[in-house]
Amino acid sequence: MPKQTFILNGKPVTVDVKDDVRVLWVLRDLLGVTGPKYGCGINVCKACTSHINGKAFNPCSVKVGDLKRTDKVTTIEGLPATVGAKGDDLHPMQEAWLELDVAQCGYCQPGQIMAAVALVKKVRREGRDITEADLDRIRNVCRCGTYVRIREAIEKGARAMR
Amino acid sequence: MTALEHDPQANREVPEAGLGRRGFLGWVMAGTTLVVAADLGLSRTAASAIPSLPQVPEVYDLEDLQTDAALPTANLITVTINTDGTASFALPRMEVGQGIVTSTAMILAEELDLPVEKVKVTLAPARPELLFNQLTGGSNTTFSTYTPIRVAAAVARRKLLDAAAIQLGTTVDRLTTTGGIVSDALGNTVAYGDLATSAASQVVEAVEVLLKSKAEHQVIGKPRNRTDARDAVTGRKKFTTDLDVPGALPTMVCRPPEHQGSPKRIRNKTQVLRLPGVTHVAMVDTGVAVRAKTFGQCIDAVRALEVDWNRGTVSGESDQTILAKLKAQELPMVVPQVPVLAQQVDTRFEFMFRSSAALEPYAAIADVRKDRAEVWAGLKAPIVAQGNIAAATGLRPDQVKVNVVTGGGSFGHKLFGDHAIEAAKVSKAMGVPVKLMWHRVDEPRQGRLHPMATSRVRATMLAGQVLSFEQRHTSVTTDFSHGLGEMITSLADELPTGLGGLGFAETIFTLTQELPYNFGVVTQLLNEPLEFEDKFSTGSMRNIYSPDTCVAAELTIDLMAKKAGKDPMQFRLDHVKNKRVRAVLEKVKKEGSWGRAMPKGMAQGVALHKEYKGATAVLVEIDCRPETVQRDLGKETYTGPRVTKAVIAVDCGLVINPRGVEAQMQGGFMDGLAMTLSASSHLRDGRFLEGSWDNYFYTRQWNVPPEGVEVHILESDSDTPGGIGEASVGSSAAAVACAYARATGTLPTRFPINHGQVRFKPKSFVPSMPASPTNGLKKTY
Ligand code: FES
Ligand code: FES
Repeated sequence: MPKQTFILNGKPVTVDVKDDVRVLWVLRDLLGVTGPKYGCGINVCKACTSHINGKAFNPCSVKVGDLKRTDKVTTIEGLPATVGAKGDDLHPMQEAWLELDVAQCGYCQPGQIMAAVALVKKVRREGRDITEADLDRIRNVCRCGTYVRIREAIEKGARAMR
Repeated sequence: MTALEHDPQANREVPEAGLGRRGFLGWVMAGTTLVVAADLGLSRTAASAIPSLPQVPEVYDLEDLQTDAALPTANLITVTINTDGTASFALPRMEVGQGIVTSTAMILAEELDLPVEKVKVTLAPARPELLFNQLTGGSNTTFSTYTPIRVAAAVARRKLLDAAAIQLGTTVDRLTTTGGIVSDALGNTVAYGDLATSAASQVVEAVEVLLKSKAEHQVIGKPRNRTDARDAVTGRKKFTTDLDVPGALPTMVCRPPEHQGSPKRIRNKTQVLRLPGVTHVAMVDTGVAVRAKTFGQCIDAVRALEVDWNRGTVSGESDQTILAKLKAQELPMVVPQVPVLAQQVDTRFEFMFRSSAALEPYAAIADVRKDRAEVWAGLKAPIVAQGNIAAATGLRPDQVKVNVVTGGGSFGHKLFGDHAIEAAKVSKAMGVPVKLMWHRVDEPRQGRLHPMATSRVRATMLAGQVLSFEQRHTSVTTDFSHGLGEMITSLADELPTGLGGLGFAETIFTLTQELPYNFGVVTQLLNEPLEFEDKFSTGSMRNIYSPDTCVAAELTIDLMAKKAGKDPMQFRLDHVKNKRVRAVLEKVKKEGSWGRAMPKGMAQGVALHKEYKGATAVLVEIDCRPETVQRDLGKETYTGPRVTKAVIAVDCGLVINPRGVEAQMQGGFMDGLAMTLSASSHLRDGRFLEGSWDNYFYTRQWNVPPEGVEVHILESDSDTPGGIGEASVGSSAAAVACAYARATGTLPTRFPINHGQVRFKPKSFVPSMPASPTNGLKKTY
C-alpha cells in the first residue's frame, strides 16, 4: 500500500492508503479528523471546506495522491493555530460566529467558517473589502437557513482579522 | 413532608388561572447524590371542555394532542445534582438544531438558581416506558416539558435548601440561592456541589413546591447563545458519522433507479468484494450494501456493482399523471358557483414534491448480534424506531438499545427511523457492525418527501362582506407512521368533537389548520386518496400542510381584497379574528413600511399564519425585474426573483430564549422562500430527477434577502411557551407568493414557481452514485 504524506494542522502525517482515495475520507475515516463534514461528495455543498496552503479547497474532490509532502492542509480543528491562538482560544472568525450565535444544527458551520476565512483573505489579496456580491457568491449550503447571521458574522470576523 | 409552608419565596405563584395558588408535586428519588423527579404529565391539567367553535385548533391543536397523548404515561424525568455543583438532565427529545438543549438548560437554571453553564443537558436514549413522551415533532418540545422540568428543578432547590439549613445551623427561610450557592444572612455560604450528597435521600419522598412567577424570571426570556455553539464552531460537535464505534466501518447502499424499487440479484459480488478496502457486500430490501475501509471506497464499489432491479412503486408515473389523479379526487365545494348577486373568488393551486433532507444525510451506526443490538442515530421518535428495529432483526425491543445522537437538521426527515432500521438490517446481513451513511443522491431520490398536493379555495362575498371561505386540500398520502399516528389512535375516544372518525392525516390537518380571519362559514378539508398509500416515501416536512394551505389561502385573500377594492393589508386587518393576530399584522405593517412606493417589477407582500399557539405575520419585498431574475452566477446556480427584505412579527407565547426564537424564524423563512420560489423534486417515469444541492434548489446565499430578515418578538400575555420550530414557514412561503403575484401582475398557480422547467442534466441512475470529482485543487480560492 502506498504511503501518503502531507502536513495536517501543522504536523506531518503519513497514511497507508491508495492514491485515489479522496482527502475527505483520509481525514475522516482514517485519521479521525471529523471537523470537515460530508454533504454531497461532489464539490457542491461545501460542507467539507478546509484549507490547502491557506486557500479554501474541498477535500471530497481531491485525491490524496495529488497532495505533495509539503502541502499544508488545515481543517477547522487547526484554524485557531493559524493565527497563533493558544489553548482554548479561537480564530477571530470563530469568535464572530459565537457572538452572533450563528449555528443551528451546526453541521455546515465548520465549512462555512473555513470558507469565510478564505474569502476574507482572498479579497485582501485583491486589495479590497468584502462586498454584498462576494457574500452572494458563497456556495456553502446551510439547510437550517442561518444565512443572515452568517453574513453578519463574516463582516464582523473580517473586521477582527485586520 | 411538604415543603410548602417553609418556602422562602412566598410570592412564588402557579400559572393556572382560576385555581388560586397551587403547588406542584415532585419527588426526591433514593440515591447517593440528590436526584429529583417530576411527572412529564404535569404539562396540562385535566382536559378542559371543548366549546363548539368553528375551528378546532383554536381550542385544541396539534400541541395539545401531543401533550395529552403524553399524559397517561405518567413517567418521570429526573434531574441529578452532582458533587461538582453541576446539574444533569437527560432530555427525552432530540436536538436537531432547533435549540432545545439550550432552552431546556435555561429553564432548569432559572428554577435552580444555577448558572446555565452548570446545567448539563444530554439526549436520553430510547425509553419505551415513555411511549408518546419521546417524540420530537410538531414544535411541541418546550410546550410539553416546560412545567415538569421546572417542578423537578424546584424540588431540587428545595432539598438543597433543607440540607444547607442543617449544615449552616439556620432555617430555610433565612437562606437565599444565587448562582449555585446557598447563603445565609451572615454571609456564610455553601455550594450546591457540597450539598449534593447530604441532600440525597434514602427513600423516595414526595415534595410539593411552588414555581417562580414570570416576573421573577432572570434567565427565561433573556437572549442566550446556544450551549453547543463552541463545539459547533470548533468542529468538536459530534454527529452520527463522527462517532467512533469499534468495528463499525463505513457502509453505503447501491439503490434502485426507480423510487422505492428493490434489488433482484447482484451479478458481480465476487469482483466487487475484491475492490480496494471492501470488506462486505450484502443485499437488503432497499438495495445492495457495501462495507469498506472508507466511504470513498464504498462509493467506488457501489459504482462498480451490477444489480438487477425490480420496478419501483410509481413505475411509469410522472408529475403530470399524479397531478391528474389528484385532480380527479378533489372534494367538492359546498357553496355553489356564482350564486345570485354574490361575488366569488375561485382559485386552484398545485404544490410539487419537495425533499425534506437535511444537510447531514441519513446516517446510523448499528451493531446487531444474535441476542442483542445497539444502534446510534439521530432519531426524533426513538421508541418507534426501537420497535421497528426489533421487528426487522427478529429481536425483542428490550434487546435493542437505541442511542439518540444530535442530528444535523431534521425538518421532519428524522421523525422516521429509516436509516437506523436499514443500518440494523445491513449489520445483521453482514454479521458485523456498520456505520451506514446515505449518499447525497439517495436523499431526494429515495428519502422522505413532502407530498404533492393541490389546494382549491372558493370565497363568496356579498356587498363587501365575506360570507364563506372554503378550502379543499388534496394530497398524496402523508406518512405519519413515526408515532403521531399512534398518538391519535390511543386518544381516539377523547378527541374533541369534529375529529372522531377522521383518519390520521385528516386529524393532523384539522388540528393544524386555523384560518385567522372572520370569513363567515369557514371549512378547510383534506383528502388523501387511498390510491397513493405507500406509493411514495413521504413524511411531515417542517410545518406539514401549512406552507401549501397558507400559500393558497393568502393568495386568494389578495384576490378577495382586490374584488372588494381594498388594500391587501387593510382587508386583512378588517377581518382578523383576534388581537394576537392583529398585533403581529400591525407590527409588520409598521416595521415593514407597508405601502411604500416601489419601482415597477418590485412589490411587497404580506401573509399571516396562526398555529402552534402562536401567530406569525410576514412582510416581504420582492424584486422581479429582469436584471435581477436573470442574474448569472454560473452553472448549478438558480437565481430567479429575489426577496430583498423580510420583516417577521411573532407572538409565540412565553419566550424562553429570544435569540433562539429569532434563529428559528429566520431559518423557517429560508424554507418558506425555497418552497415558493425554487425547491422541488421532479418525478419522471417513476424516478426523481434531483440528486444533489446543484439541482435541488434550496435557498442559497444568492437568494437570501440582502437587507436581512428582521424578527420582532411580541410581548405575549401567555404564560406558557408556544412552538417556534415551524411557525414562520407557512407565512413566509405565502408572503413571498403574494409579493411575487403583485410584482408580476400574474397569479402563480404552481409551486415552486420555477418547477416548469428542468434546469439541469440529471445525474446517472445506474450507477446510482456520481463519481467523486478529482479536480478540487483547480478550484481553490
Ligand atoms: S462534501 Fe465536499 S463539497 Fe459537499
Ligand atoms: S446549521 Fe444546520 S446546516 Fe447549517
